[in-house]
Amino acid sequence: MSDLTTTYLGLKLKNPLVVSPSPLCQELGSIRQMEDAGASAVVLHSLFEEQLTLESQDLDHFLAHGTDSFAEALSYFPDLGGYNLGPDGYLEHIRKAKAAVKIPIIGSLNGVSTGGWIGYAKKIEQAGADGLELNVYYIPTDPDMSGAQVEQMYADLVRDVRASVKIPMAVKIGPYFSAMVSMARRLDQAGANGLVLFNRFYQPDFDLEKLEVTPNLVLSRSDELRLRLTWVGILYGRIKADMAITGGVHTAEDAIKCMMAGARVAMMTSALLRNGIKHIGSVLEGMKAWMEQHEYTSIRQMQGSMSQKSVAEPAAFVRANYMKVLSSYAMK
Amino acid sequence: MPRPFVTIDGNEAAGYVAHRTNEVIAIYPITPSSNMGEWADEYSAKGIPNIWGTVPLVVEMQSEGGASGAVHGALQAGSLTTTFTAAQGLLLMIPNMFKIAGELTSTVFHVSARTVATHALSIFGDHSDVMAVRSTGFGLAASNSVQEVMDMALIMQAATLEARVPFVHFFDGFRTSHEVDKVEQLTLDDMRAMLDDKLVAAHRERAMSPDRPVLRGTAQNPDVFFQARETCNPYYLACPTIVQNAMDKFAKLVGRHYHLFDYVGAPDAERVVVLMGSGAESAQEAVEYLTARGDKVGVLKVRLFRPFSVEHFVTALPKSVKTLAVLDRTKEPGAAGEPLYVDVITALSEGAAAGVSPFAATPRVIGGRYGLSSKEFTPAMVKAVLDEAGKPKPKNHFTVGIVDDVTHTSLEYDPNFSTEDPKTVRALFFGLGADGTVGANKNSIKIIGEDTENYAQGYFVYDSKKSGALTISHLRFGPKPIHSTYLISQASFVACHQYSFLERLDVLREAQTGATFLLNSLYGADEVWDHLPKTVQRQIIEKKLRFYVIDAYKVAEQTGMGVRINTIMQTCFFAISGVLPREEAIAAIKHAIEKTYGRRGESVVKKNFAAVDAALDHLHEVKVPARVTSTFDLRPPVPKEAPEFVQKTLAKIIANEGDSLPVSAFPKDGTFPTGTTQWEKRNIALEIPVWDKDICIQCGKCILVCPHAVIRAKVYSPDLLKNAPPTFKSAPARWREFKEQVYTLQVAPEDCTGCELCVEVCPVKNKQETKLKAINMAPQPPIRETERANWEFFLNLPEMDRGVLNTSQVKDVQLLEPLFEFSGACAGCGETPYIKLLSQLFGDRAMIANATGCSSIYGGNLPTTPYAFNRDGRGPTWNNSLFEDNAEFGLGMRLAVDKQNQYAKELLQRLSGQLGDELVKGLLEADQSTEAGIKAQRDRVAVLKQKLAGIKSGEAYGLLGVAESLVKKSIWIVGGDGWAYDIGYGGLDHVLASGYNVNALVLDTEVYSNTGGQMSKATPRGAVAKFAAGGKPRPKKDLAMISMTYGNIYVARVAFGMNDMHTVRAFQEAEAYDGCSLIIAYSHCIAHGYDLKHGLDQQKAAVQSGHWPLMRYNPDLVKQGKNPLVLDSKAPSITLDKFENNETRFAMLTHSDPEAAKRLLAMAQDEVNARWRLYEHWAAMPGSGATQEKVQ
Repeated sequence: MSDLTTTYLGLKLKNPLVVSPSPLCQELGSIRQMEDAGASAVVLHSLFEEQLTLESQDLDHFLAHGTDSFAEALSYFPDLGGYNLGPDGYLEHIRKAKAAVKIPIIGSLNGVSTGGWIGYAKKIEQAGADGLELNVYYIPTDPDMSGAQVEQMYADLVRDVRASVKIPMAVKIGPYFSAMVSMARRLDQAGANGLVLFNRFYQPDFDLEKLEVTPNLVLSRSDELRLRLTWVGILYGRIKADMAITGGVHTAEDAIKCMMAGARVAMMTSALLRNGIKHIGSVLEGMKAWMEQHEYTSIRQMQGSMSQKSVAEPAAFVRANYMKVLSSYAMK
Repeated sequence: MPRPFVTIDGNEAAGYVAHRTNEVIAIYPITPSSNMGEWADEYSAKGIPNIWGTVPLVVEMQSEGGASGAVHGALQAGSLTTTFTAAQGLLLMIPNMFKIAGELTSTVFHVSARTVATHALSIFGDHSDVMAVRSTGFGLAASNSVQEVMDMALIMQAATLEARVPFVHFFDGFRTSHEVDKVEQLTLDDMRAMLDDKLVAAHRERAMSPDRPVLRGTAQNPDVFFQARETCNPYYLACPTIVQNAMDKFAKLVGRHYHLFDYVGAPDAERVVVLMGSGAESAQEAVEYLTARGDKVGVLKVRLFRPFSVEHFVTALPKSVKTLAVLDRTKEPGAAGEPLYVDVITALSEGAAAGVSPFAATPRVIGGRYGLSSKEFTPAMVKAVLDEAGKPKPKNHFTVGIVDDVTHTSLEYDPNFSTEDPKTVRALFFGLGADGTVGANKNSIKIIGEDTENYAQGYFVYDSKKSGALTISHLRFGPKPIHSTYLISQASFVACHQYSFLERLDVLREAQTGATFLLNSLYGADEVWDHLPKTVQRQIIEKKLRFYVIDAYKVAEQTGMGVRINTIMQTCFFAISGVLPREEAIAAIKHAIEKTYGRRGESVVKKNFAAVDAALDHLHEVKVPARVTSTFDLRPPVPKEAPEFVQKTLAKIIANEGDSLPVSAFPKDGTFPTGTTQWEKRNIALEIPVWDKDICIQCGKCILVCPHAVIRAKVYSPDLLKNAPPTFKSAPARWREFKEQVYTLQVAPEDCTGCELCVEVCPVKNKQETKLKAINMAPQPPIRETERANWEFFLNLPEMDRGVLNTSQVKDVQLLEPLFEFSGACAGCGETPYIKLLSQLFGDRAMIANATGCSSIYGGNLPTTPYAFNRDGRGPTWNNSLFEDNAEFGLGMRLAVDKQNQYAKELLQRLSGQLGDELVKGLLEADQSTEAGIKAQRDRVAVLKQKLAGIKSGEAYGLLGVAESLVKKSIWIVGGDGWAYDIGYGGLDHVLASGYNVNALVLDTEVYSNTGGQMSKATPRGAVAKFAAGGKPRPKKDLAMISMTYGNIYVARVAFGMNDMHTVRAFQEAEAYDGCSLIIAYSHCIAHGYDLKHGLDQQKAAVQSGHWPLMRYNPDLVKQGKNPLVLDSKAPSITLDKFENNETRFAMLTHSDPEAAKRLLAMAQDEVNARWRLYEHWAAMPGSGATQEKVQ
């Protein structure tokens, strides 16, 4: 019997399959199904500070709009007492999820202001989350902002939040850094217990008839995994933080590749949205079968085994790989 | 338990006591009483119980008539029951009030007394409504202040249970119902102590019950009715003493001692003014001032007007009184005197006869009217009345507070006479509705009232326009109780929160010498002086004002407050006025912010805190120069080209000087000229649309959707451009028929409200920069002058010949002149585009009956009104009867027109020989189905009139009077869903069933918009509205489906934002149909809670989700063997939540009660699906559906 256990952020997990944030995580029933299907932990959907702010501001604006102007209609809505604005709903969800399942529940946070990041991180911790994932999604559009400043902003953020909570904390980032290894190390040094690689870059589409920019969210595919494998493979052994791969994990083979690159866990979302929550069980079964077939006794055994520092040809991760790919096309 | 001090208004005071001392509350919204019902509903929605520990049941009815019926039933079934109302609402309750009183039933109706509509509607306060119910048998008790409202609400509740006489407890609409005062709040223990449980039990024992059956409501004949009617006498005789006993009990309990008649003044007074209501407070202030200087005067406050106790009345007066001046806040034309005056005379006479009169000689009595429709009533006026009372030959039946230069009833008074306490801070704030000034001031009163020993009073004057509205807040704070129930005329602090007000209003008129003036100004302390009008500069110098400026918009922008400058200006007020130490004030403001906004989220609180913190850094005192240096002054309210009536009368009202207009300035019967909004240039838009002629496809959509008719188009000969202003734009006309002509799309720059609907609807995008359209918003000030010239030039271009246009298409409809323009509706209003369309298509022959509501307010509220006329002088003629009778009112117009038409035709035939057969034949057989046909008939009528003028006969004279009826008239019955679905539904149903050729246009906002968002039967399931705080639990009524079942009514459900062509077609078909037509028009509304520039998108979503399926049911199709029902929109393509989630009315429930929101949404979705299937099935049936045989 293969040993599927792993550790991530100091949490002992029964296997490396972790559910990453999606609308599925908003329903308690789904979280129970995830546990039943074999997921070892769940990262909840993100608490978006900007969304909370917008909801508050919008509600305030529209409740106030047109009031105290016209003698017959000094307001347009009754006072409902409370509106459950702010993070309370999310925090309650953490509490309920913790009570509903035995597997670790990791909160996810997307902040805007320093105060927001810290304040909400504390609240997530107080609500009982086993860990925290900082979902940093930032598109720098200001021409006066240099790459160094962006990197510093990330490092400051991680340091500030780290100093304010005790629970383990991972940072989810995108791949678009000039010096990924250096960046990863800065985050590591700033106190991140884990790096989640990578956030997907939501590129909108154009509607040519309406001449409008439209959101276009497509589910990930397995071939997106290669970017993650590359960087996790390179980073393995160079940083202390645990690594998680997210984006492109669909099959047992995908998950095993993640482990071999050096990830502690493989996170799944698109595969579950496409195939249903029970798909976790199939992937686990596949992993077990593969391990038995290839005589692996534990996940730990394979973690990092194909990382840059462990493979026969470390250069395959860098330029040579590029050359090889090109030449392989040329040969066709 | 100590009683807390609270700062509340009169409605809240009444609602609080009524809710805690009743079990069933039946309500219906009507200004200014709606808030009492809203408070009761809110208390119950929050689960707050009454003093017996149970949460009262609050039910909204379809009308006040319905509410009173429900009250009657609930009382008969033994529950303690109440209602709240005013004006016409109270009048609708009269039949039930006779019943309730006749059955000696204990109840108190709380009424914020309001003017009953006569020559005009008025939402403001006087006693014409309560005086109209004198004969019902209800007792009438008056409260004069907010504290008294709370106290008397309880006293009368106690009294009615013992007396078995029901009461109307009234207080002055707005002046008391909306005045915010610091009052001592009665506790539940007070209420328990006042209300005897045995009497409650007795009330129940008298109730109907099958366990001890009785019968009430018999029919009686002449033999017994009279005697039986007299059986109630002992109760009425005992009633005054019972009320006084309750007052005495209350005094022991609480300390405030009221009497049926309360006298204040000199014990040896010779002149006494007698009155009731809030005016008594002003009178007390005047009397106390005058007696302090030795005048022998007094005031008698009447608290229990019915049953009128002669004995209590005469003994309440000093023996010394020689003249009584009785003031009535109502008018009874033709009466020997107004009600209180007549009663006083009777009481004096009867008192003397009965020997209870204490006077040496019976006092002389004079009577007068004051304060109609909340007209100001000041101590100066009281003094004038008392002075008059001292004259040897005083005026009787006088008026005070106006100048009556027609029948010379008015008393002169000295407006400078002031009794204001110098220790009272008197502050005036000029704000814009949208900037939150009133809300901040209400908070300030609470802060001062509850955090200091000071007494505090706030009264707010609002605009009658719903966009760009001016608000004036009157705040008083001081160490003594405040009796000043009148506006501030000597202000120690004036704040102007909008710089633009300086150029149109004399904001410093009320500033007293040495006062402080705070201005929100873009200009800093060093430069502001040069930007002030002469009038402002002069007053600052002459009155020695301390002058401060702050750029509040800058602070608001920096702190994320948008245009809400309320907390910034509030902070400055506290800092300058010194009412509280600065730090203490800031802490109190922040506490208030947390209390007010805390539930709306942390970020809202934070930004307000930031605004408070940043405010004082931007506050600067201005060093005032010694001389007036300005080169400009206040803008004239209307241009000099305006007609005389507009110049002399309406302009005064616009300039906030309507109070100075004499009686002679007004039409005698409420008749006003139309087309007057064009003279009131409000300049309220910060940005206005600008046309890009190069990419415009001239589709006309922007013109159709513009709620204020500020975008117009004309097609004309290019030769006319010779004298065009330099920036006037034109483009080749994109019509095949008008190839050689040019097209101009022009915006009225000073009338636009900046709603952006036009930009949103524009289908064209600039190929170089896709954010730009063929019409784009640009700042107004830089282009105001040039566009004003362009607009003038445009107006003078010729109108299109209506005969050559295809008015069934939007592209051509844009060229029809709108005869409804520049209304006071909200920016982005979803109703007015339909009315404007009506005016374009049929306005020159339209008669409009308009139900009370938003459409009657923006349609007919002074100073200026939007219905207009064309160059021939023709346009819609409009009238508002009531809320409940509009369909009948419109039908009456049709009956008159039809009768006159019939009579005219009869006379034509009789006079055929003299008029000429050809003319008569042409007139009788005219085809008026087209514009050309109507024009031809008008020409014939003109010839007819000429000929008739030469015929000397009675019949010719008679025909002259009805000749115009030979031209087809278009009768429109216009109103909102409150009218059509609720209060007027019975009448609408009857009229629709009548078969007469009338057109009903229902502007369905799905809520009572005008009175502030109360639920109607048009409100969709799950929407939050007042009286439906938990989301409406029941589905929307399908008025279209109900109406279709008649089979002979043309019915259309339209939404111009989804399909403008469909809307135009429905209007055309409805008008063409020779019978009743009903158009139910989706009208996005401010009460839906989203940015109305997205109104059209929401209309689309409403249709696409199946919430608002477009359809037409045309009975004429049956004649062609076709199915009369045509579904004009496709099957739902989006789920209902996609429509609902964008609107606060739904989203706020999702926030406050997600489970309920989910449940109601699921039910609503099921209903949408089921209804679609039903419509689809009906529309798919082959043939006319008459009989199976016919189909085959």
